Amino acid sequence: MSIDSLIILIYVLVLASYLGFELIAKVPPTLHTPLMSGSNAISGITIVGALLACNELGYTTLSKWMGMIALILATINVVGGYAVTDRMLKMFKK
Amino acid sequence: MNITIQLLYLFSSVLFIIGIKMMNKTKDARAGNLLSSVGMLIAIIATLMQIEVISMVEIFICIIIGSLIGLYYAYKVEMTQIPEMVALFNGFGGLASVAVAISDYWLKSQITVANIDIIILVSIILSVFIGGITFTGSMVAFLKLNGRITGSPITFKGQHPLNLIMLISFILASVATWMNPSDINFMIILVLISLVLGILTVIPIGGADMPVVISLLNSYSGMAACTTGFILNNNVLIVAGALVGASGIILTQIMCKAMNRSLVNVLLGGFGQTVAGEQTEGPSIIVKEVGVEEAAMLFDGASSVIVVPGYGMAVAQAQHVIRELMEQCEKRNISFKFAIHPVAGRMPGHMNVLLAEANISYDKLIEMDEINNEFSNTDLVFIVGANDVVNPAAETNPQSPIFGMPILNAYKARTIIVSKRSMGKGYAGVENELFGYPNCLMLFGDAKQTIAKVVSEIKEL
Repeated sequence: MSIDSLIILIYVLVLASYLGFELIAKVPPTLHTPLMSGSNAISGITIVGALLACNELGYTTLSKWMGMIALILATINVVGGYAVTDRMLKMFKK
Repeated sequence: MNITIQLLYLFSSVLFIIGIKMMNKTKDARAGNLLSSVGMLIAIIATLMQIEVISMVEIFICIIIGSLIGLYYAYKVEMTQIPEMVALFNGFGGLASVAVAISDYWLKSQITVANIDIIILVSIILSVFIGGITFTGSMVAFLKLNGRITGSPITFKGQHPLNLIMLISFILASVATWMNPSDINFMIILVLISLVLGILTVIPIGGADMPVVISLLNSYSGMAACTTGFILNNNVLIVAGALVGASGIILTQIMCKAMNRSLVNVLLGGFGQTVAGEQTEGPSIIVKEVGVEEAAMLFDGASSVIVVPGYGMAVAQAQHVIRELMEQCEKRNISFKFAIHPVAGRMPGHMNVLLAEANISYDKLIEMDEINNEFSNTDLVFIVGANDVVNPAAETNPQSPIFGMPILNAYKARTIIVSKRSMGKGYAGVENELFGYPNCLMLFGDAKQTIAKVVSEIKEL
């Protein structure tokens, strides 16, 4: 990886973190549990990395197996996380 | 680099941001979560576009297995168990990052013989480190929360020096990996140290500090996703990971502030163990008991009631009978509200979810700062399964370990009824002065059963 692309990634990291702090500080305490389980689901974005790792051809390589394990775990995280968050938010009524 | 794929990743990052933004309002939150999940779907589709058709079969098998497990947990889990579930899923996210990092490491160091890039290697090592700690740390938190291992802090002599030695070994093994990237043994050592460090850092932390730990581990799982983004040179991983990282850090800060503890103090652990001994020497508190009938009359005679729920309410599953109590009181034009302390329960906002499950409108759930002035004008405060968060010692007794922690001023109310199983101490292991106050009455017994009796008594009045 070139230094230029590293710098761009760091820019993205810093700006996204700042945006995250600004947005999340405004979430009301009532929603902190769904916020946490929802952001948990977002952290399952590792699924992208897992899918790319699964792209390796041939079952003999450790890379492929690791990719498949990662894919199952990340899918549990994503699907379970969004589903339970939705289940909770459905209950919040006025 | 395919432009369509990159634009789809950008679109999905925007959806994550808007999704979180919509969580700022309770009424929009559900739509926000849906939007965020659409963002995830788009990221997945964009990734699948880059994948060889031949790998699709096993990919779909893995996705189906993961989805079924995820959905099963999501619909089976009780609302009291949400903290455990979040801890478990956090751990899975962490382990997934480790697996992706190892996969990429293996590919670059063993299969393609080309020299491994230093930036990538550092990202891989960080991903293994953060992901590994997230995984085992979350598993320990999960086991502590569901009671399979003790909730009290586990400490031993030389714990902190041991952590330091592990950390130094990790750095040395990292340097060794850099010097000789194709030697798999150093990578194995890195993975093992991270996994052990995760266990060591969470076992000394007590059950009452779990809200802090879960928030922090949540943040770590985001950071682990970020490092994966650096390995794969992928922006959507970094944006999503940064959002989660920031979210976890903010929640951690809120929890620490609400307990008047520094993060370092929480992480070093052992809280509650050292102070328990000193406390037993103090004069024991003489409490006044109240019966079910008398409690019912107190509710009937009040014009305003504030309920202070704590984790004990969740354990007793008393939230549904409390709603019945609320309905009876509101029928009699008694104002009925809930005071929510930020650290009530086992994770931030836990009480709100439990009360929402019992069909209690969220506008009745009032935050600490907003409701604290109202206690002095309140006839009756009903404390269910809460302890430390209403202990006046936090304001009056500089010797108390919880001194300085912001509390709900329940003691200012005209009458206080405390529903409690027995005279046990709170999680901080501290005697609660409030129970000895002249305006405080104890309603002993299982919260669900006693409150159900109170409700039926009120109905007869």
